[in-house]
Amino acid sequence: MIRVLLPFHLRTLARVDGEVQLQVESPATLGSVLDTLEARFPVLRGTIRDHGTLRRRPFVRFFACQEDVSLEPPDFQLPAPVATGAEPFLIIGALAGG
Amino acid sequence: MKKRIKTKPKPNKKPPVARKKHRAAGVRLLVGTKKGAFILTSDGTRKKWDVSGPHFAGWEIYHLKGSPVDPNRLYASQTSGWFGQIIQRSDDGGKTWQAPGGGPTTTPEGMPQGESNKFVYEGEVGKHLWYDGTQHPWEFKRVWHLEPSLSDPETVYAGVEDAALFKTTDGGRTWRELSGLRSAKGHLWQPGAGGMGLHTILLDPTNPARIYVAISAGGAFRSDDAGQTWRPINKGLKSPYQLPDPDAEVGHCVHRIALHPSRPDVLFMQKHWDIMRSDNAGDSWSEVSGNLPTDFGFPIDVHAHEPATIYVVPIKSDSEHFPPDGKLRVYRSRTGGNEWEPLTKGLPQRDCYVNVLRDAMAVDSLEPCGVYFGTTGGQVYGSANSGGAWIPIVRDLPAVLSVEVQPLS
Repeated sequence: MIRVLLPFHLRTLARVDGEVQLQVESPATLGSVLDTLEARFPVLRGTIRDHGTLRRRPFVRFFACQEDVSLEPPDFQLPAPVATGAEPFLIIGALAGG
Repeated sequence: MKKRIKTKPKPNKKPPVARKKHRAAGVRLLVGTKKGAFILTSDGTRKKWDVSGPHFAGWEIYHLKGSPVDPNRLYASQTSGWFGQIIQRSDDGGKTWQAPGGGPTTTPEGMPQGESNKFVYEGEVGKHLWYDGTQHPWEFKRVWHLEPSLSDPETVYAGVEDAALFKTTDGGRTWRELSGLRSAKGHLWQPGAGGMGLHTILLDPTNPARIYVAISAGGAFRSDDAGQTWRPINKGLKSPYQLPDPDAEVGHCVHRIALHPSRPDVLFMQKHWDIMRSDNAGDSWSEVSGNLPTDFGFPIDVHAHEPATIYVVPIKSDSEHFPPDGKLRVYRSRTGGNEWEPLTKGLPQRDCYVNVLRDAMAVDSLEPCGVYFGTTGGQVYGSANSGGAWIPIVRDLPAVLSVEVQPLS
């Protein structure tokens, strides 16, 4: 079980409070977590990654165990504490004014 | 002083389609702002208003609009620099909202596709003119304007940046580009400082095949086959410092176009500079700026019951986006242009330095006609007597991006 913490606006959009818990096949990767998240909450498609290209949107960042993994490829395996649910996987709206 | 050009309206050969006069129970204003949507409602007197919102707090709401055939069906364009484009829909007049086809689901069977925010250009994406003279690929950024069909609440047109026209026929679940528009010399369109957005969509109530659109720094275009093919309609527009070619077919910075449903071949345009008028469905244009203090501005609209009465909000210049002399004045022409009168009663006449954006003016179909506009300072002003006197309906919203109005029965 993976725990995902969404930024405020995406929690509102997905109509969830607090963390989202996802069942992701092992080994859990950056791409598989996002695929599972979007499958469960289709409204989030296009808000974290672009439709089609699946590239991360410019002002969205990913953190695992306090490490910025935003630039890692989709097959990047998440660290064990995140893969086991001991630590959450964080999706952050980057500091970008507005 | 600008040269005054008189233009006589030509007789309209088509059967008139009057905008229905409503002795409505009330009106509903749909206000899009930089930080959410607000819904303002009033009874038919339009004196006291209830405010609902913010809906989608913290998001930019470029535009909201209701279906003319099902007024409780509303569509909204919700955008964010972080999270991109969302389309929202309400089936109860704005009390509740959903992203069409995008709600939460826990089972894979029958799962919605989550494509209500998927705006993908048809075919090869193509390129347009860039600031340095090179060609640049089209990139979707946001939906500027939503125009529901006049006959089907499931059908909506969306004007987007980078400029293109999309259409849904399933209530916003999926969108498909009407790509013929970008074939109308799209390779010569070039974004201005405000972005290359398609901001105006006008549907001819007498001819379902005829659609007009306008694009910032692209120009005006018309389709006579329901959006399959398009041609530029910019003859007579002059943009001497932006376009060296005096006969440039595209590239003019059109800010807004408006028409009255009883005379759909008569178009009024607020261009970057100049108020323009066409009496032949855009085939040619002539200037009707007349005695305006400045003919720069953004919105333009037509009185609901008087097809020759039009409204603009003059702005000092393209470098200073606020009213001249700090006086917020709506100008009205009862002659289809050229002769203008300032409307000031109830509007600030000193120290006012707000702007009124292109989608932020609307008229209602009550009797007498109501006129509304929102400012970048967060005020929404309304007049229940065709502009004779104004009241601030709200004063302290976020910057207003759009205003639409619906009669309530």
